[in-house]
Amino acid sequence: MGRYLARRLLQAVVVLWAAFTVSFAVLYVLPGDPVAIMAGAGTQSSTTDPAQLAALRHQYGLDQPLAVQYWDKLVDALHGDLGRSVVNGSPVSTIIKQNLPATLQLTLLALAFAVLFGSAIALCATYTRARWLRQFLLTLPAAGVSLPSFWVGLMLLQLFSFRLHVFPAFGNNGVRSLVLPALTLAVASSAVIAQLLAKSMDNVLSEPYIETARAKGASRLRIHFRHALRNAAAPALTILGVTFGELITNAVITETVFSRTGLGSVTAQAVQAENIPVVQGVVIVSAVAFVLVNLAVDLVYPLLDPRIVTAGAAR
Amino acid sequence: MTELLARPIAADAVAEPVASRRPITARLARFLASRPGLVISVAFVALVLIAVAGPDLFTSRDPLAAAPTQKLHAPGWHHLFGTDQIGRDMFARVVHGAAQSLRASLLAVLLASVIGSLVGLVSGFAGGWVDGLIMRVIDVLLAIPALLLSLAFVTALGFGTTNVAIAVGLASIARFARIMRAEVLRISTSLYVEAARACGARRYSILARHVLPNAYGPVVALATLQFGLAILAVSALSFLGYGATPPAPEWGSLVAQGRDYLGTAWWLTTLPGLTVAATVLATNRIARAIDGEWSAAR
Amino acid sequence: MTLLDVRDLRVSYRSSGPAVRGIDLQVQAGEVVAVVGESGSGKSTTAHAVLGLLAAGGRVDGGQVLFDGQDLVGLGERRLRAVRGREIGLVPQDPTVSLNPVKRIGEQVAEVLIIHALADRRTAALDAVELLAAAGLPDPELRARQFPHHLSGGMRQRVLVAIALAAKPKLLIADEPTSALDVTVQRQILDLIEQATRESGTAVLLVTHDLGIAAERASRLIVMSDGRVVETGPTADVLSDPQHEYTRTLLSAVPRIDAAPARPRRTDGRPLLVVEDLAKDFPLGRGRTLRAVDGVSFQVHAGETFALVGESGSGKSTTARLVLRLTDPTAGTVTFDGRDVTRVSGRTLRDLRRHVQVVYQNPFASLDPRFTVAEIVEEPLRVFRVGSRTSRRDRARDLLTRVALPASVLQRRPAELSGGQRQRVAIARALSLQPSLVVCDEPVSALDVSVQAQVLELFAELQDELGLAYLFISHDLAVVRQLADHVGVMQAGRLVEAGPADEIFAAPSHPYTRELLAAVPGTLRSHT
Repeated sequence: MGRYLARRLLQAVVVLWAAFTVSFAVLYVLPGDPVAIMAGAGTQSSTTDPAQLAALRHQYGLDQPLAVQYWDKLVDALHGDLGRSVVNGSPVSTIIKQNLPATLQLTLLALAFAVLFGSAIALCATYTRARWLRQFLLTLPAAGVSLPSFWVGLMLLQLFSFRLHVFPAFGNNGVRSLVLPALTLAVASSAVIAQLLAKSMDNVLSEPYIETARAKGASRLRIHFRHALRNAAAPALTILGVTFGELITNAVITETVFSRTGLGSVTAQAVQAENIPVVQGVVIVSAVAFVLVNLAVDLVYPLLDPRIVTAGAAR
Repeated sequence: MTELLARPIAADAVAEPVASRRPITARLARFLASRPGLVISVAFVALVLIAVAGPDLFTSRDPLAAAPTQKLHAPGWHHLFGTDQIGRDMFARVVHGAAQSLRASLLAVLLASVIGSLVGLVSGFAGGWVDGLIMRVIDVLLAIPALLLSLAFVTALGFGTTNVAIAVGLASIARFARIMRAEVLRISTSLYVEAARACGARRYSILARHVLPNAYGPVVALATLQFGLAILAVSALSFLGYGATPPAPEWGSLVAQGRDYLGTAWWLTTLPGLTVAATVLATNRIARAIDGEWSAAR
Repeated sequence: MTLLDVRDLRVSYRSSGPAVRGIDLQVQAGEVVAVVGESGSGKSTTAHAVLGLLAAGGRVDGGQVLFDGQDLVGLGERRLRAVRGREIGLVPQDPTVSLNPVKRIGEQVAEVLIIHALADRRTAALDAVELLAAAGLPDPELRARQFPHHLSGGMRQRVLVAIALAAKPKLLIADEPTSALDVTVQRQILDLIEQATRESGTAVLLVTHDLGIAAERASRLIVMSDGRVVETGPTADVLSDPQHEYTRTLLSAVPRIDAAPARPRRTDGRPLLVVEDLAKDFPLGRGRTLRAVDGVSFQVHAGETFALVGESGSGKSTTARLVLRLTDPTAGTVTFDGRDVTRVSGRTLRDLRRHVQVVYQNPFASLDPRFTVAEIVEEPLRVFRVGSRTSRRDRARDLLTRVALPASVLQRRPAELSGGQRQRVAIARALSLQPSLVVCDEPVSALDVSVQAQVLELFAELQDELGLAYLFISHDLAVVRQLADHVGVMQAGRLVEAGPADEIFAAPSHPYTRELLAAVPGTLRSHT
């Protein structure tokens, strides 16, 4: 078990380093002249004084060769320094620290909704013997994956905020303002979870050991929850890391739609302003989130499937 | 060990082939008749594609023509989707927007599928450290959510429809690479490929004649699925303002422009968004049918 | 009183139509009845229908299943559940997939008692250990705490027998309980079932395709074909004096361990393939290795058949792959026609391929599903650029005629052919380059028996016509008896015994060989 964990930790570190490198490659190497982009931040004009450009280049260390830039940035990042925003100069790490909690609240609630609704749909759809109900339940996720999330948010706003006045239309105040954004975020993810879990349950329910359980005289309920679910949940668990990363990212859209402050709207503004350091910071944060959730899943997975860790053990 | 007989010995000597071949059209007709959802989806996608090719078939109005006296009319006979705040006909805008949004999505999917498949093919077939290295990179790319990756690309490349298309395409390469590689590995380790090796076939002959023809199916299924996702991604990015500059009627920016009138003119946000949703629903339905048929045939 | 009385049972499947067309079947209390039939005969469906455990799409169309006087057909789900596991137990076919991989063994055994309220959780756990011990599982307390993947196939089947008998049912239905097991383990499981049921007076309905097993273990025999009961009666009577045409053809088509060989033995050919001290290691991670082939030496003579026999895991398939040079040996030499080919590669290796070809076990997987038969058979010719397109096509037609297939299959794809036809295509492919040695890796194991007999005949004919040498790999001693001139027996990677076929069969010297021969149900001998 210890070796398993150590290996996973090492992989996590590699993923983080790689995410840093990829974002560096995309944001600093790919564009011809990152300085020009940042100098023209927000403005449409490209006529900037070359002297100003040179000064900026020096200030951001972008007049050094790429390899040196990369190394310096990497070392800085390891110390927690992710650079400074080109718009107002504040440290990226501070911006992230200030805005992360709001987004995390939103994302965690959305995750809870997604797991709840997704599992409920999948379990009901695979348990029921009424074909019409099963078909109906399974079209829900298909629809959920197809709806643009910005549109869903706006529709919910229209209905619940403007027409029915149940929830506030914008802002970060209190739990009630969390509900609609979290639901919006949850739609796509719950659809994915529902589809995956339903498919997994169907696969498991056609396995021979389920027949053995039936031959024992077990009831359908018992089979569904005590035999099938544990086997089916394992593959569904593996997408949790990806799901969490997607939720954090989709917050970009949701926070914009609902006019909430948080890491999502910060990202949207940063892209609009072509604020490269901030965008890189957000990419790294999402990679960290992904890695942490995956580590947690890796810890839980062997509890669900005993074949995993003990695969190498002697008989 | 003793075994048993099922039919008299002579019968299997030249037994009838197992499956019979009915005419293709009859089978297709029966296939479609039991799947009304698929038929509707195909019809809808066809309509949308026609709108891309020839928007004038659907509307004669100019999507950019402002008519302030007609502003903010609710949907009705004259204006199927209503008018916006400066009197432009929304239906015309949506129809013309189809061209913009779908062309971008198509470009994105083509980019992702071609580059991704190539990478996956090389990785799966080469094996060894090449495969290991490429897979590490793919894994990392998959660790960064696609939307975020495309946002990063947009930051680097700049705004505009083409850049958005490229950004979305590049962000989806990893998924194609992974599927293609998985297929290549599955086929390379299959018994019939080993039998081909035992016949003396060389590696490239195996690649061209055995691997590729068997591998492209799931990739095509994924491409259709990714088309729907690309439409969503492209419209999301244009909603956020990184797409074509107004007054270009890209679907996402249409919804964004209607935000200010959320409480008063519901059709400005609802109807363009509904069009996006319907298109993606239809393409996803088609993708599922393709995927289902392919895995059933395997 | 009749324990199980099936009257005019009819079962059909939505996808494939009627499977059981009105059968009558009786099992008396304490009796052992065998239902024999082949794939498609409906025997398995009948067994599942009794318990109401038909697969999705299956339906009982009519008839009665009277168990202890009660009709199980149409009985509500809840009352049926009370019967399953409690009054009727089921031993499934494949132990590797019939146990829940995430639950401990003890839990799965105890579950039967808990479901039927025969014990509470604590006592059930203790009873489970006892049941495992009664099933012959060594160290039952340890095993009860383990998960299924820690146990071997044979041990898992013992667990399944324990589960089936846990609630002391009146009837045990065993659906092909040993066909997924090695021959030596098969006998142990059948002994276990026999002993356990005799002690408790449980009746047994044994479903099997193996006539030998049925002959040995059952007092009454029911022969099924195509959904109908063809013949029924006491075992001895049915076997010695079969009434129905089908039963007669059955008995005669079976490859028998004591039957005369297909053709006179050959022993004096020159050595074509010489294998010396061959060894193959597979790394298992963390510095451990698995020695799959350990110092194997034998010779295959031109025009003769050398059979390599062994159970799963014996290393015979790996040996075949080493001979075919599809993988490199860790040690030892392979000499073909006087040339050392152990380490060749590139062009020399390709040249070797012209002389050594292979026919695989699985006719479904060894043919590219997207190729036509013509492309499959022509592939070796195309690869070596033999002749022109037309001459290759002609040759393909020729080869198909050789393997008794009509030229019309040239344009078909493998999916449209039956298993036997596919295997013939594979043989045609193997012959196209006119090899001198054909490696046959269990070439008939995946085929129905009638087809087996024909394909084996084909192998013998081709050997006579073309002077082919065969390295014939099989686990089935009766099949080997028919074809082989020499036999080598493998166990755990080692060749424990080798010699002329007649000697090995008449007077085996190694204990493992004797075990293999003894495990084959051979009681058919005494009934003809």
